This record gives sequence, C-alpha cells and structure tokens, in this order.
Amino acid sequence: MKKFIALFVLCLVIGTACTKKTGETTTAAVTNEILFGEYGSMTGAESTFGVSTHKGIMMAVEEANKAGGIKGKQIKVISYDDQGKADEAVTAVTKLITQDKVHVVLGEVASSRSIAAGAVAQQYKIPMVSPSSTNPKVTQIGEYIFRVCFIDPFQGSVMAKFSINHLKMKKAAIFRDIRSDYSVGLANFFAEEYKKMGGEIVMDVAYSSGDMDFKSQLTGIKGKKPDIIFVPGYYTEVGLISRQAKELGLKAVLLGGDGWDSEKLTEIAGDSIFGSFFSNHYSHEDKSPVVQNFVNQYKAKYSEVPNGLAAMGYDAALVALDAARRAKEVTSVGIRDALAATTNFQGVTGVITINKDRDAVKPAVVLKVVSANTFQYVTTVNP
Amino acid sequence: MEEFIQNIVNGVAQGSVYALVALGYTMVYGVLQFINFAHSDIFMLGAFAGLYIASWLSPSLPPAVTVFLVFGGAMLFCTAVALLTERIAYRPLRKAPRLNVLITAIGVSLLLQNLGQVIFGSDPRVFPALIPTRALFGTEGIVINNIQVIVIFVSLSLMLLLNYIVHHTKMGIAMRAVSYDIQVASLMGIPSDRIIVFTFMIGSALAGSAAILYGLSYPKIEPLLGVMIGLKAFVAAVFGGIGNIMGAALGGIIIGLAEAFVVFYVSSSFRDAIAFGILILVLLLKPAGLFGTVRREKV
Repeated sequence: MKKFIALFVLCLVIGTACTKKTGETTTAAVTNEILFGEYGSMTGAESTFGVSTHKGIMMAVEEANKAGGIKGKQIKVISYDDQGKADEAVTAVTKLITQDKVHVVLGEVASSRSIAAGAVAQQYKIPMVSPSSTNPKVTQIGEYIFRVCFIDPFQGSVMAKFSINHLKMKKAAIFRDIRSDYSVGLANFFAEEYKKMGGEIVMDVAYSSGDMDFKSQLTGIKGKKPDIIFVPGYYTEVGLISRQAKELGLKAVLLGGDGWDSEKLTEIAGDSIFGSFFSNHYSHEDKSPVVQNFVNQYKAKYSEVPNGLAAMGYDAALVALDAARRAKEVTSVGIRDALAATTNFQGVTGVITINKDRDAVKPAVVLKVVSANTFQYVTTVNP
Repeated sequence: MEEFIQNIVNGVAQGSVYALVALGYTMVYGVLQFINFAHSDIFMLGAFAGLYIASWLSPSLPPAVTVFLVFGGAMLFCTAVALLTERIAYRPLRKAPRLNVLITAIGVSLLLQNLGQVIFGSDPRVFPALIPTRALFGTEGIVINNIQVIVIFVSLSLMLLLNYIVHHTKMGIAMRAVSYDIQVASLMGIPSDRIIVFTFMIGSALAGSAAILYGLSYPKIEPLLGVMIGLKAFVAAVFGGIGNIMGAALGGIIIGLAEAFVVFYVSSSFRDAIAFGILILVLLLKPAGLFGTVRREKV
C-alpha cells in the first residue's frame, strides 16, 4: 500500500510539473501572436464544407496580418480536421484549448458537431464562433458560444414562405435526415411555418446520413403526389436523393437549405437537380461592392468562386478579429465580451449584430440550381 | 399495388448486388471454412478501380467498349488483390488453427480500408455515369430504369455462369471435392492450393463486377463503402446456408427485398436492423441456413 501511495504522489508531482511547463510556454507565446483555433470537416462526407470554410478563414486572417495584425501582434491559425465526426470534433477542440492554448475557436459548419464541440469550449470558457451552424441549440450551450449566421427557425420559414408565395405550391413532402440535428430542426421549423401559412404536409419520412438507397421512401412520397419535396440534408445524400427521385419519375420540385451549398451537389446529382431551390447565406451574384470585392479577391487567391460557406468562414474570422481588436485585453474573457457587443458589423454575408442569444440576425437568399455548380440568385427574404 | 411492385423491383436490384458479394464469402467458406472478411474491401477496391479506369479511358471510345473495359479491369484488379492477399496472408496459415486465419482476415480488411483512405482520401468520390440512366418502362406508378435491368441481368448471368463452372467443369468438380474434404482431395491428386486460388479468383471477380454495378446505381463511393455492404452480404451468405452457392444468391435477394419493404412500410431506421434481425432469427431457428446442411465434425 505504501508503495502505491508513493507512486501516486510521484505521479502527481510529475503531472503538476508538466502542466506548469506548458503553461509557461504559452504565456511566452501570448506576447508574440494571437492564436485562433479552427476545426472543421476537411475530409469525410461533408469535406467541401470544411475546406471552403477554411479558405475563407485563412483569407481573412492573412488580410489582417498584412495590415499589421492586431495590437501589433500577428494572428496565427491552428487548424484541425475532424473528418466530419462529432467525437473527432470534441478531440480537436479539446486539443486546441488545452494544448495549443488558443484564444478563440472557429467552427463548425454542421450543427451536430458544433453542439458536441461547443460544450468543450464552454467548459473551458474559451469563446467559439460558429460560421454556419444554424441549429438553435448551438448557441444555447452557453455564454461563450456565438454564431455569425441566421438560425433554422428563420431558414425553415424562408423556404415555407418561398414555396407558398413564390412557387404557389401548397402540397409538400418532407424528407429529413434523422441522424442530423440540423436536418431534423430545419424540417420541424419548415413544417410549422408551412402549415401556419395554409400549406399541407402530405408525407414526412426519414433517412439516415450514410444511406445510399432512398428509393423505398421516394416510392412512398410519389404515391402522395406532392408539389414540392423539402430535403433539408447535406449535399452528398441530397445528390443521391435527387438522382433517384428522377429515376422513379418524381416530378415534384426539390427544396433545401444551406446544407446543399457545395460544388459536389451537381456532380453527384447530375442534371436531375436542375430547377431545384435552396436557401443560403449569400449569393456571389450580389452586386454590392463588399461582396464583389470579396468574390474577386477570393477568385484571385483560390481561382474559384466562393460558396456560401467560404463567405461565412470569412465573416466568422472577421467578427472574431474585430472582437480581438476591440477587446480591452486579448484574453478569452476579453474577446468574449467584445464578441457579445458586436453591432452593425459589415460582413460579406450582411450586416452582423449579435443578439442576446448570441445569434446573428440576417436576411437569407434563395438560390436556384440552374446548371453544373451554378446557383442563380432568385430572391432575398428578410427576417 | 403499384408501390408494391416498385418495391420488388428496387429490392431485387439492390439484392442482386448483395448476392454477388455474398457468393464470394460463401465460396471461400466452402473450400477453406473461414470467413474472408477482406472480401468487402476487395469489393470497395473494385469500385475505385472502375472509377480510375473510366477516368483514364478516352471519352471518344464507344460507350459499350468503355463499360466492357471498366467491368473487365475492375474484375481483374480485384482478382489480383485477392491473389496477393491469399498468397501473403492466408497461405502461410493454411495449417494454422482456423481462428488465426479469421483474425488475419480481419487484419487484412482493416489494412485495405485504411490504405484506401490514405490513397483515395476519405472524401466520397463520384462514380462516372458510364450508362446514362433512363426509364425503360414507365407507367404512372411503376418505373423500371435501364440500370436496374442491367444490374439484375448481369448478376443473374454471372450466377448462372458460376453455377455452370461449379457443376459442369473439371475445375468445379475439383472445387467441390476440396470443399468436401481437402485432405482426401489432395490424396486423390487434386492440387488443392491451385483450387483454392481459383476459388479466390472467381469470388473476387464477382465482387469486382458487383462493385461496378453498385457504382452505376449509386454513384458515390468511398473507402469505407465495403463495410456495410460486406456485412449485409455476409448475413445473406449465412441466411442461405454458408458454403451453399444457391443459398447465397437467394439470401442476397431476400435481404434486398426485406430492406426495401421495411423502409417503405415501417421506417428507414430499421434498414440495417432488418438484415441483422434476420441473421439472429436464422441462427436461432435454422442454424445451418436455408439450404445449408449440418456437417458433423469428426473428432
């Protein structure tokens, strides 16, 4: 027994010695640079989400560094890939906070992963800014979690209004991803608003992300003859769903949310998805100088047109940079307070004001899929 | 009623792919009495081989030639990989206890999956539409498209060909002899190693063709593609009576149908549950499977 106690004490001593050491190195680092942590799905089923967001973030940070940094310090971004898995997202954020000692965490796109990893950020009291997680639960985690995008109750109502007012279609089927917080939430908010506006939901069925075959559910939907099918999923499954719907001879118009925004959507779906609509954060066709300036610089840097998630990544980084600039001192608490006080910040995706729920209130745009990787601006819906 | 028929068509098309993969499991089990878990990943490699071959071929080739080359190339590639794994991983363990081979098979499976992620990346890739999908037969309620017909037709022809090989050729007779008793077969002058290699070749060629059929129907492939399909096909093989060729083919189609109906009439959450539910039921009620015969182990 004595031996065990001795061993235990030894472990404690070594343990404290180690933690102390890492503590010292970070205080040294703090004086030279401001650390931004980023986690996202750089690989996996939603890889374009992570990659686009990362490009947006890097562009914003490089611009800030070129302009002299913040308070004379350069900003360094540490990025981790979570492979599109919630448990990896938790590991990544834990590592960012405990090992890399970042001041702010940026991420994720998918709500399920933001919810899982946000709990870690909240626990360590490090501010997290999600670029594009739209599920309301994300910022409900606590006072350290923010987002720069609109939330699903609004996004769901946008597509319900669009279907009834713009397309004049009042018979809808809903096809939701039962494993995704984002999809389930968005489907519920759509259904609520659609029924309130006098629309009819003729069918509400589910799939699970990772499924390949959707023909059984689509056969059921076909029997109910809806005018539209609301598919609030992510682009990989939506692509397959659209393709199989066409194969089964379904004529209904597909509608969806910002989870469709990827160049892989039309690659997987082929021409079956042309003529469908989805809601998004911005349109690169927007003529305002802020947007056009961003689009041109992004094109010059990456030689591709930025999608909505790249713009959101850019804005999330801008808001975090702005908060660091305004913060009295560059600490996690200081940045948190500055983030919460963000008002009328001009981002690429609109004017961002963080409300008391730490969400941004912004208009949404509706885009139409017209041809391969071309999404045409249709209308803007204000909250 | 129309929906019922539509579900049958969808289920049979999906089930045919399971059946082709299940044949590989059941054949190897037949001769070696072990489950080749790496089979599902050979299926995955077949899909990627098809993807790369299709992208290398010039688009000016007539579509029929392209399809033929993609099929042939994927089958050849799968055969080559299977031969390599047999030679490196399984043959040195021929005399070892069966459990060792089984664990090796799981190891090979994990190796191929992770190798796939390193080489191809873990992002899903889009399988090229070698044959544009169009409806062959369409009423208001039922639509049968050309891909479904091709899947069912190709699978059936391959199964008939396999049946012919196993029952009417010398190689087939030797295969059945090895499956019956490997030692006695060797004593009768049958080169058992060569027969085992031949069995691996046929099984993986079938997996290769199944992979292309799969890619044509669901054009999204990734390195972990084989995991779920492999499990379902394995269930199909056990359901039909592992070691029994006819049983594996039928088992695959029944699993495909069961999935289509359970998703349509109950819920999509039960899609995977139904296959494994069937497995549990079979193991409880008819441990040897539909067509399997209980073989007593002589001690």
